[in-house]
Amino acid sequence: MRSRPVIREMRGAYAFVERNINLIKRYWGWEVVWLIYSLTNALAITYIGNGMSAITGQEIDTQAVVKYLLVGALIWQYLSVIFYAISEMIAWERWEGTIEYTFMAPVSRPTHLVGTTLFAIGYGVVRTLAILVIVSAFFRLDLSNANILGAVLMLLAGSVSFVGLGIWAAVLPLLYPERGAQMTNAVAAILLLISGVYYPISTLPNWLQPIAKCSPATYVIQGMRSCLLDGQATETLLPTIGLLIGVGLVVIAVGLAFFGRVETYAKRAGRLKRSG
Amino acid sequence: MCTYALEVERVRKTFTRKERVLRPEGKRRFRKHTKKKEEVVALKDIDLQIPKGEAFGVLGPNGSGKSTLIRLASTLLLPDSGSLRIFGHDVEQDTYAVKQLINRVSVDAAFFKKFSPIENLMYAARLYGMPPSEARPKMREIMTRLGLKESTFTQPMEHMSRGMQQKVAVARGFLTSPTLLLLDEPTTGLDPHSKRDVQAFIREVREAHHATVLLTTHDMEEADRLCDRIAIIDDGSIVALNTPDGLKASVPSDNGDNTTMEDVFIALTGRTFEDAEAEKEVDA
Repeated sequence: MRSRPVIREMRGAYAFVERNINLIKRYWGWEVVWLIYSLTNALAITYIGNGMSAITGQEIDTQAVVKYLLVGALIWQYLSVIFYAISEMIAWERWEGTIEYTFMAPVSRPTHLVGTTLFAIGYGVVRTLAILVIVSAFFRLDLSNANILGAVLMLLAGSVSFVGLGIWAAVLPLLYPERGAQMTNAVAAILLLISGVYYPISTLPNWLQPIAKCSPATYVIQGMRSCLLDGQATETLLPTIGLLIGVGLVVIAVGLAFFGRVETYAKRAGRLKRSG
Repeated sequence: MCTYALEVERVRKTFTRKERVLRPEGKRRFRKHTKKKEEVVALKDIDLQIPKGEAFGVLGPNGSGKSTLIRLASTLLLPDSGSLRIFGHDVEQDTYAVKQLINRVSVDAAFFKKFSPIENLMYAARLYGMPPSEARPKMREIMTRLGLKESTFTQPMEHMSRGMQQKVAVARGFLTSPTLLLLDEPTTGLDPHSKRDVQAFIREVREAHHATVLLTTHDMEEADRLCDRIAIIDDGSIVALNTPDGLKASVPSDNGDNTTMEDVFIALTGRTFEDAEAEKEVDA
């Protein structure tokens, strides 16, 4: 028990990784259902591209539309996994009733977050790759021109921002024991609407476009499309990657501070008590 | 050097409860009901000092403030006023140091229900920074001592009885060798045999490790058997504090029989335990 603080914190962080892996093993049925849902969703959206000529009655480069939609669907898959894994770090504990035990343990909130993030990134990559492999059987996705390294860097930079957004959303189940988890779905849906996942943000109403430009997902998805579809060079992406990491770190730092305040409020108001 | 495991100084805790009430006829626009806030005082300026190594009992009916006191000491609640110190560390200011010294067993055995006892205890051990090589044999030893069969260690918790789950909860509380153990009605709902197992284990560990124990219970016999001193709490206030024998001696027996803790409670509050709990249920 008397180990060095860094090792203690590392063990604490790994507790969340191991716990989440165990949750997947125990709730594997949910995982299958969720994977089927995500897969059919990605396929349904991509088939819209395939049917564009038939819908409009005009000659359209459907391959370009299919690739555009497919990249959007896959990236959104990954980013939403990161977002939900972080935002549900409180919701799971509420649901199982273990929140008081986790909050009573000598483990700092940043450590809690590091553990959850490590799991989320690993889980997000595996899940997105599984969907990519299956979707490849339905559509021909030519990535011969793609800049894979740039795409990976862009995705990792985008993950930082989504970890930050996840922390902000994780506050909701802390504040609202009964409805908080559902509220995070609304946050994810708004991000999906405004971030240009399936259409350029220029198609949004004028008043919504400035809001869309504030969403980190907008830049991640634009950057990913540039890398995967146009093969944009990594050097030209560096300013965007730097900006995403910078913004992400600020969102995480402010999110952690806000989470700390809300945790104090929850302790004062007695809202940590088991509920639901 | 601090001689007290727990010092509670003028601690007050209130909760706000929202109640749905009917709007007056003339003021009903969209909804028939409105919400009214009501303040409930859980603890009224409590003072308490528990020396190191003592087994201290807090005896009171449901809703008297026992669990609030435990939650405050567990860093899960913050007081409205006053302070709590654990081995000299302020619970509000020095939370991390406090968390390293305590663990808690509560009446509701909260676990990841689909995990096995081993998986749940390993999660707890890692959160407290215990290496698996140390945690694994210790958790098996404690669970065996509490009467759990080896075959249950890897079964999902949801397949276990309430008594077995509570024993795993006790094992989780003791696994990290806390210096101050907070036991919030640890034997409530257990069958007599399981209750005896848990009580014997608490006594054993206390003697072996000189840990301080804060035990809340509404089992008068349990408090009498396990505790060096007992505080009787009613409606958020401590109405008496003494050794079990001291409390009994303060209340003369009416019929010549030995005075029980229940006699003490009736003499101090004018109510039986059942009456006090029934009143709380009506209030709620």
